[in-house]
Amino acid sequence: MSNITPTIRVQSADFDLQSEIDALIARRKDIGAVVTFSGLCRDEQGALSALELEHYPGMAEAEMRRIGGIAVKRFSLLGLTAIHRHGRIMPGENIVLVIAAAPHRQAAFDGANFVMDFLKTSAPFWKKEHAADGTAGDWIAAKDADDTARDKWK
Amino acid sequence: MSVKLVYFAWVRERIGKPEEEIDLPASVITVRDLLNHLKDLGEEYENALQFPEVIRVAINQEHAEHDELIAGAREIGIFPPMTGG
Repeated sequence: MSNITPTIRVQSADFDLQSEIDALIARRKDIGAVVTFSGLCRDEQGALSALELEHYPGMAEAEMRRIGGIAVKRFSLLGLTAIHRHGRIMPGENIVLVIAAAPHRQAAFDGANFVMDFLKTSAPFWKKEHAADGTAGDWIAAKDADDTARDKWK
Repeated sequence: MSVKLVYFAWVRERIGKPEEEIDLPASVITVRDLLNHLKDLGEEYENALQFPEVIRVAINQEHAEHDELIAGAREIGIFPPMTGG
């Protein structure tokens, strides 16, 4: 079961949820649960015009692959896809996608949750806000709540 | 020792360049030594690294603690806490 290789991509282009789910479960008859998480860009009540997503090329993919590998083993996943976009992302657009497949729902929920918690705290991506009024935005600060969420898996 | 440093997000903006090749004195042994050394290179470095304890570092594209040795590093990434996802 642990010879599952996660599908990991870092790209500027958008992704399609249904195509990614279809690709993950194609020709499989052992999967009983698929959990899909997608993260989108919010407009913060109209205050935000775009997010700029910076990443560390090479390390971002490697870190996502490492996290995905741990999740596949720990939750005995039958499939895992993680896609993270970079570049300029407008409100309403996709930022991140995690799909976890397992025989039963609990492992699929936990697998997707685990991947997101570690992706937020250890995959090298940074968000910069661009304000709707044209002023130079700030880099988003890391949240303690994200570290707390990650630490529940210890 | 000569090493490639790569900077990201506000560390990159404050230092004013995305990367550089730098020669390090033999006294720079750990990640913490490196951050303290860089802080003394000028105002922009001081500005970027004034609170070194919050700065994250990767050696050869793997996360490294501040007490880790930098011997053998080809590339060292220096950046703020991550905010992806």
